[in-house]
Amino acid sequence: MAAQSATATRSGLRSALPLLAPAYLWLTVAIFLPLSAMVFFSFMTELPLSGKPWAFTLGNYAAFFSQSLYLTLLLASLRLGLEVTLWCVVIGYPAAYVLAKVLKGRSREAIFLLVILPFWSNGLVRIFSWAMVLREGGILDTALNAVLPFKINIDLMYSYPAVIIGLVHSYVPYMVLTCYLTLQAIDDSLIEAGRSLGATRLQVLKRIIIPLSMPGLVAGAALIFVPVVGSFMEPRILGGRTGTFYGTVIEDQFVAVFNWPLGAALSFILLAVVLVILAVASPVLRRAA
Amino acid sequence: MAGVQVSNVSRNFGAHKALDDVSIDFADGGFYALLGPSGSGKTTLLRQIAGFDFPDSGRISIGGESVERVPVEKRRIGMVFQNYALFPNMSVADNVAFGLSVRGEPKATIASEVQRALDLVQLGKLGGRRPHQLSGGQRQRVALARAIVTKPRVLLLDEPLGALDKALRVDMQIELKRIQREIGITTIFVTHDQEEALTMSDRIGILRDGRLVQEGPPEEIYDRPQSEFAATFLGDANIFRGDATGNGIKLPDGTEISAGAGAKLAAGAKASCAVRPERIQISTGTGRLESANANSLKGQVSKRIFAGNNSTYFVERAGQTLKVIVQNTGADRLAEGQPVMLSWSPESTVLIAAV
Repeated sequence: MAAQSATATRSGLRSALPLLAPAYLWLTVAIFLPLSAMVFFSFMTELPLSGKPWAFTLGNYAAFFSQSLYLTLLLASLRLGLEVTLWCVVIGYPAAYVLAKVLKGRSREAIFLLVILPFWSNGLVRIFSWAMVLREGGILDTALNAVLPFKINIDLMYSYPAVIIGLVHSYVPYMVLTCYLTLQAIDDSLIEAGRSLGATRLQVLKRIIIPLSMPGLVAGAALIFVPVVGSFMEPRILGGRTGTFYGTVIEDQFVAVFNWPLGAALSFILLAVVLVILAVASPVLRRAA
Repeated sequence: MAGVQVSNVSRNFGAHKALDDVSIDFADGGFYALLGPSGSGKTTLLRQIAGFDFPDSGRISIGGESVERVPVEKRRIGMVFQNYALFPNMSVADNVAFGLSVRGEPKATIASEVQRALDLVQLGKLGGRRPHQLSGGQRQRVALARAIVTKPRVLLLDEPLGALDKALRVDMQIELKRIQREIGITTIFVTHDQEEALTMSDRIGILRDGRLVQEGPPEEIYDRPQSEFAATFLGDANIFRGDATGNGIKLPDGTEISAGAGAKLAAGAKASCAVRPERIQISTGTGRLESANANSLKGQVSKRIFAGNNSTYFVERAGQTLKVIVQNTGADRLAEGQPVMLSWSPESTVLIAAV
């Protein structure tokens, strides 16, 4: 019986191979190989491309620990990731709820389109439009002053809030989409059953809807947190001098300083930290879900 | 426990009249079936009583208290859903405990009440399971335990047995009836299954197109239907249409059928007569008819369906197919194509005013 089921599994894998192969081949070529090269670079003193002599070293990793600046920036980036994720939950979850449970038909499609729109616009265009909105004398400043009876000065440009605004705008669709999928799968009769048993809407939300949509929240959080921690475009353009984060430092190593080995080492430290965080968080989140 | 009064309730969804001036009095402690085809408004009515939806006009009261604008969570009702609607993220015990715990009952009380409810539905040992580990019948019992553990004033059931297979459904019918008697709760039960309605309920309300067609004990509705719809929807009936004669009807071909039950109609009015298939005696016409069978017709057997304990004969007569059910007594069976004599008593004939 056991042997039989083992054969069944094996033949199942064999027949699945043609379907799996393209994806894994692509992942190997497009991600694994360049990433391996980066691991290799991170242990070098110099980039071999420049023609200078090079040797293996742990110095790039040691640099992270010898200068407190990197740790400070990493912590700032993790905080940024956390804040952006939280804002995305606060903004995205209610929107997903309304899309999944309140709106029907045409209006749902229309609102959905508005949510997905950021995906279809170019990242740089998106960020520079925010710059036009947020700067002093910009759209937000002018509009508010046109409406309000007193004079206020809105200049969010080159500030931490500007970075948060830009990043939340870029990433909130992930949260809306993942939460929408799990919320939509919740049978309406579960909500009605909860209410028929005397639960208020808030109790139904807390004890039925949120636990059942937890997989969507977790998936959305992971999809947002990881790239935000390493983000550099939004911090650089919208944050200006205040927008120095771990991600912008890594970018500098590759683009400005041309110290690829250090940039690669910093990247892998980030990857390790993120993996540790996800590993620690996943049992907690799985229990909550 | 409490009775439920529905008075002149109407509910429109756009131009569609889902409920049209429906009034029913559900007696305290009774078992009531709302029967009707899909789209008849029976589920809409149940949802009005539950409080998921409010009527456009009319009144609903539970235990004498007006509730037509009270939201569902404040109505103290128990409801069992068609798909059971068990919370998949909770164990069986937590599902049953839900209603008590949202009310903030102490933990010890909850635990003992939950155990009592699970014992009542004979699932005392399965509290630790998850809903997906249970069979359909067990889920049904959990849903029932969850609905009654809060001691609701009314128990509402929305086609609760629809998803079960035939054998299990019969078991659950008996079980449901036992539990209902044991706790004596007013129960309103929505179904499209006429057999279920007949066997389980004290009273039946038949709905059609948002209107209450007839309401009463099962025997009364079956024996004295007041409309062709009631006659044919609850059980089978042979319908004859013609003109009222004062004590029956005259068919277009001149045949007179006398009716001993049903409406009193003035002669000449359009009317119909309903006769249950099992009330008709079928014979080859050579033997003696029962003396009480004043109504008789000639016809020809077109088809016979044998079902073990009985046979159904389809008899062609003047362009109409009549249905006759004969118990299997071991007597000779009639062949297809054979000319036969049908006869029945006026007492088995219900006169119905044509609409």
